[in-house]
Amino acid sequence: MKSDASRLGFYLLFAPILLWLVVLIILPHIGLFIVSISEKVGPRQYETGFGNYAAFFGEPLYWRTFARTAIMSIAATALTLVLGFPIAYYIAKLTRGRTKTTLFLMCMIPFWVSELVRTFGWMILLRETGVFSNALQSLGLVSGPVEMLYNDAAIMVGLVYTSILFMVVPLVTTLDSLDDSLIEAGYDLGGSSTSIMREIVIPHAMPGIVSGCIVVFMLSLGNYLTPILLGGKDSLWFTGMIYTQFITRFNWELGSAFGFLLLGLSSLVVFLGLKLSGQTLSQTMGRS
Amino acid sequence: MSVKLTNLGRLALATTAIAALPMMASADTLRLLTWGGYAPEEVIAKFEAETGHTVEVTTSNNEEMIAKLRATNGGGFDLAQPSQDRITSAQEEFGIYKPIDMSKVDAAQFIPSMLTATAGNSSFEGEVYGLPHVWGTSGLVVNTAMAGNVQDYTDLCDASVAGKVSYRLKRPTLIGFAFSMGMDPFAAYGDSAAYQGVLDQVEAKLTECKPNVKTYWGGGDEIKNLLRSGEVVASMAWDTGGWQLNADNPDITFVAPKAGALGWIDTFVLPARGRADDAAYDWINFVMKPEIAAMITNTAGNFTAAVDGDAGVNADLKARYQGSFDQQAIDNIKWYPPVPAGLEAMEGATLDRINAAN
Repeated sequence: MKSDASRLGFYLLFAPILLWLVVLIILPHIGLFIVSISEKVGPRQYETGFGNYAAFFGEPLYWRTFARTAIMSIAATALTLVLGFPIAYYIAKLTRGRTKTTLFLMCMIPFWVSELVRTFGWMILLRETGVFSNALQSLGLVSGPVEMLYNDAAIMVGLVYTSILFMVVPLVTTLDSLDDSLIEAGYDLGGSSTSIMREIVIPHAMPGIVSGCIVVFMLSLGNYLTPILLGGKDSLWFTGMIYTQFITRFNWELGSAFGFLLLGLSSLVVFLGLKLSGQTLSQTMGRS
Repeated sequence: MSVKLTNLGRLALATTAIAALPMMASADTLRLLTWGGYAPEEVIAKFEAETGHTVEVTTSNNEEMIAKLRATNGGGFDLAQPSQDRITSAQEEFGIYKPIDMSKVDAAQFIPSMLTATAGNSSFEGEVYGLPHVWGTSGLVVNTAMAGNVQDYTDLCDASVAGKVSYRLKRPTLIGFAFSMGMDPFAAYGDSAAYQGVLDQVEAKLTECKPNVKTYWGGGDEIKNLLRSGEVVASMAWDTGGWQLNADNPDITFVAPKAGALGWIDTFVLPARGRADDAAYDWINFVMKPEIAAMITNTAGNFTAAVDGDAGVNADLKARYQGSFDQQAIDNIKWYPPVPAGLEAMEGATLDRINAAN
């Protein structure tokens, strides 16, 4: 009787996650896959085949944009890590009590407004008639208005800003769990700051680093707003291409194929990242 | 109070609910898929007071309307307003609309020539699918003080406006440039080889023009911002955008290009699986009344196909319209014919190549 009841409890608790997975993730992906392997041969006539995937590899524009998106996302992730690590280290190790809470909160406050508003904020700052351009002119550093928007650097700034919180939070959590006495012991044993960072802090923070990187990479790769709004006439982003295929070209078949390729790419990059850092998914996701 | 319903009780309740349905059918919810400005609050309030229907508005654009209806096979909305050139191909490909029942429409409220033209352009397999509503054009919106020499689409590539130009990377740009380069893309619609020839020439021109462009704009607000701040001085945009900016800054206005402004007519269509057709017809007949049509023109900025619909339009808007269009410019408007199915794929490839070119 008791085991029956506990089994019922298990199924009841398991049901929501199962429903979530099946209804919102597995079923749509099956549908998407079926659409992606149907080729249009005429109005309302479709054939099964891998023509859409062939179209992707046959058209340099598509795979170049694909590669560009991946490389820029990896760069954005690296940059976020470089910027986020000192912030997280400072919050976790060098502050106490109220200061710590305040700093942590200050990292989070910008995320209380939507991503769209934050991106528009950057547009106001960076545009030709914007805040930075005017400030530089009034300081006499430049003679005419400067355009800082509509290029890849603007996209990078936007991506890093949008996702830095998702790097800082797991890092603070893992760094918090590092006992200060371990660092002291390192100094006692004659370690320099660099060697302690390399031998003690970073290995301990590795799960946090990896999980932060995974989240930031996924967010950047799948970001639509930031690249579209901040990017210029040459700044193609793969999610933008998926949108175009679905909405303006009425070509759901190719759009679905693109969606699957993006899924494959992100899975591959995460897999390689885990292999290279010697972490496992359960370790990183479990601990942070 | 807790009442346990017996099966009989439930049955009785269900029967009452079913019996009540015919009475409620006269007051439906109209789910309207339209453009911003086409269903102003005040018009909705009047309509709801007069007919008892309630109106739910979703604003969108041509491509998204078709995509939304395609996703549901024509369900989810009771009335949609795509442009007339996008009806037959979408119907042929996806079957998302149902034919208009002309007996339920007060045809006398429509300007006859526009009604006939739209009927002709939106006919598929002998049935009419569209009624005209709002019409307007796209052409050039120019800051005349800073770029007075921009008179035609190709002038956007002129060195004098380098870096201060914006247009959309969409089909109207291809069409406008083709006309400006002395070709007739509409005549080539039916012949894909000839159309590809047109597209190739336009692609070369737009690629060459690319260094002149500050950014390709996406939304109406974006281009208005760029023009208002002076970051862009010449652009391809809709007439209403130009007239709105003209109200704030007299230097900026809409210029009908020498090669001809591109004319569009937004229509009424019934989605295939719409549930409130009567409410949809009520809405059509209501908004085509001259005084309501004038209210819509005053908010949307574009004129309608309603007889006498321009009588109640405010004088400023009329003056701006007349400033941009003399009789010759009106005669020179290039009206979009229906887009044959499959043409968008060719244009898409061209636009992709322009976007990727350096």
